[in-house]
Amino acid sequence: MAEPRVIVVGAGPAGVRAAEALVRSGVTPIVIDEGRRDGGQIYRRQPEGFTRPYAKLYGTEAPKAQSLHQAFEQLRARIDYRPDTLAWHVRPRELHVVSGTRTEVLPFDALIVCSGATDRLMPVPGWELAGCYSMGAAQIALKSQACSIGRRVVFMGTGPLLYLVASQYVKAGAQVQAVLDTSPAGLRVKALARLAARPGVLWHGLKLVAGLRSAGVPVLTGITPLAIAGTPEGGVTGIRVRDAGGRERAFDCDAVGLGYHLRAETQLADLARCEFRFDAESRQWLPAIDEDGRSSVRGVYLAGDGARILGADGAEAAGKLAALAALTDLARFPSDEEMVELRKTLQVMDRFRRGLIQAFPWPHEMAAQLPDHAVVCRCESISAGDLRRTVRELGACEMNRAKALCRVGMGRCQGRYCGHSAAEVVAHAAQLPIEQVGRLRGQGPVKPLAMAALQPVQEATP
Amino acid sequence: MTKPPIAADVVIVGGGLMGASAAFFLRRRGKSVVLLERGLVGQQASGVNFGNVRRQGRYLPQLPLAHRSRDIWGRLPQLIGEDAEFIPTGHVRVVYTEAHLAAVAKYAADAKGWGLDLEILGGDAVRKRFPFFGPEVVGGSYAPVDGHANPRLAAPAFGRAAKRSGAQVIENCEVIDIQKEGTDFRVTAKDGTVAKAPAALLCSGAWGGAMSAAFGEPVPIQPNGPTMAVTEPVPYGIIPVVGVSSPIAHEVVYFRQIKRGNIVFGGGRRNPAYLDERRAQVTPQFTLAQLHELRRVAPALSKLHVLRTWSGVEGYVADDIPIMGPSAKVSGLYYAFGFCGHGFQLGPGVGDVMAELIATGSTTTPIDPFHIRRFAAAPARTGAALA
Repeated sequence: MAEPRVIVVGAGPAGVRAAEALVRSGVTPIVIDEGRRDGGQIYRRQPEGFTRPYAKLYGTEAPKAQSLHQAFEQLRARIDYRPDTLAWHVRPRELHVVSGTRTEVLPFDALIVCSGATDRLMPVPGWELAGCYSMGAAQIALKSQACSIGRRVVFMGTGPLLYLVASQYVKAGAQVQAVLDTSPAGLRVKALARLAARPGVLWHGLKLVAGLRSAGVPVLTGITPLAIAGTPEGGVTGIRVRDAGGRERAFDCDAVGLGYHLRAETQLADLARCEFRFDAESRQWLPAIDEDGRSSVRGVYLAGDGARILGADGAEAAGKLAALAALTDLARFPSDEEMVELRKTLQVMDRFRRGLIQAFPWPHEMAAQLPDHAVVCRCESISAGDLRRTVRELGACEMNRAKALCRVGMGRCQGRYCGHSAAEVVAHAAQLPIEQVGRLRGQGPVKPLAMAALQPVQEATP
Repeated sequence: MTKPPIAADVVIVGGGLMGASAAFFLRRRGKSVVLLERGLVGQQASGVNFGNVRRQGRYLPQLPLAHRSRDIWGRLPQLIGEDAEFIPTGHVRVVYTEAHLAAVAKYAADAKGWGLDLEILGGDAVRKRFPFFGPEVVGGSYAPVDGHANPRLAAPAFGRAAKRSGAQVIENCEVIDIQKEGTDFRVTAKDGTVAKAPAALLCSGAWGGAMSAAFGEPVPIQPNGPTMAVTEPVPYGIIPVVGVSSPIAHEVVYFRQIKRGNIVFGGGRRNPAYLDERRAQVTPQFTLAQLHELRRVAPALSKLHVLRTWSGVEGYVADDIPIMGPSAKVSGLYYAFGFCGHGFQLGPGVGDVMAELIATGSTTTPIDPFHIRRFAAAPARTGAALA
């Protein structure tokens, strides 16, 4: 039998563990990664030549980061590793990649997509000003380059990353003016039963919040965002929110980190024509997968945060399991026991995932009720009012129709950052349940493609 | 699932630009109209095309129809209350060889007799006027009052205008059966909707072939999908619509910049399209081949990025001209489909002409070359289930 052609997209926790499982079974995968170095976002490595120690870069997660990096170092000679490479399109049984201007068509028998997640963002008036970042970007600036997004920083949103990034900023010596969480504190208590699935992680989270308070950082829960203040020339100057008691509160700042937990990067799954299902708990459309990570399309596997937001530990397990599933389907039978164990691990992770959604819910009502003047789609400058007019005057009651008629989601991000909120605004204006307005269809390229890109070089024979 | 039938003077099957504009113009002639659209108005070929409002390069006998349509494009705000972003920017077709420049010049000379004035720009004249052209361009042909519009907006705008003027435009209503019973057509949809009218106009694009075949008038029609894309926005600077004219098919690419700054482009190879899925997908290699051709015609484009690609289902008739006019076999039955990827400019004119034909029995604009009888062979039938 010919050597199976297996491609792993992503070299974060899921991708590295998938590649490792493949190599262990004698398969040499191609590993495509957008990053210059392995590690993904969570265990992002600093550029070559930077010398900050693991403990400083990754805090309590240092041993896990080091273990993943070491595992990858050992794989390097046994995989076809393509850093700085974007998987820009996928067609049945072929992946299209680009690196600089060089493009290639890679045929595959199995494709394991470990594309990770980005912040889920909710607009607020003023978020188009210079000085507004996603929480993930704020963390990357710190991790990769030891930079802060501003001198006086406010973090607003919800989810575990809100507290983690704020703590990392405090530790790095940045002035954190406030941590503003839209989720009421009471929800965390209700979610405890699920969160207790991973007591260590729960304890770590509680310590982060306590640490922020003892550092004197105001931590407000149950807030409603009102506006980010500033000027187009000078950028952000402050932020206003309504606190849980209904009082308006203002904080001076020159940068804001925003994020409402995470959203899966599903473009490749979409272009591969995987079936998507609406996940009512997280109010997101997610690619359907079986418990081992098989998508609805034969030969396409999805693992890590790109499929379900399980976090880094869950991604390591899911990546490995997806690789074992692919090996099974390629008739290279891996150990059943290992798969059973991994499934059990993932069940625990999934319970915790649902706990996080319960504790830090997507504030969809706030998104639906954004004021008319709030810009929703920053790429195309489409406001909540524009969207409502598109529904009420032009009759668009479906997201792709709204996109066609008013350009929402047509810009550089292709709706990855505005799509969820735009759907909430459209659904509310159309008085329809969110799942009925659908989701923005994915269209290639996965990310902007240079027009200097050349035609594919001859197919490399594996 | 039985609903009372909707009676009208005309039932239109298909809410693309042709069907929607026909509904609008029929209302202006006082006819009652019901239009049944399987999805949403303007979703298929009408919504995914390049947006060219171009006359030059067309089959010459099509120019009278194109002129009539061009006149309507210029009057959209008065007619339907919005302009669908139509701007008469001019349209320039460029060539890579002197031999082909001669062919383009001959077309210009012939087109003059059909009422289309073109300016031939030889040698450096074309680059002097449009400095973005690359060194391989040896000349071109300029049409000063053609331009471009937004295909995502045009058909829905006609649909809304038709509705405002009293047409019944029913979306998400898939027609599964068309029968002629006595003097009336009885059109049945999947959801039980039934429309009855003495005249039926089939504007069902790539799906039109199955419908005309049901009346004993099969046509050789193939679905295909265009290879389309759009760049990130950059300052507005490329005013005319640009197209390459070449006997080499893959060299034929075209682009236009919208005022917002994005550059829309298309051309090159067509993608397979699937009538049952109602979708066509871009073949990534075709996009890369387009980029190569675009860099030849306008080298500065290589500095930009592609944000999005798309395709859709278009109907191509074997002789590359549409099916338009009355049925040769069934009285009261009319066709306007299969516009072979060049129907956008014609759309409003097609609606107007079909309305005139249905309302008065004849049209002042010659459309005989597009009559379905050119494929006549099979015996007449009185309709059939389509599913």
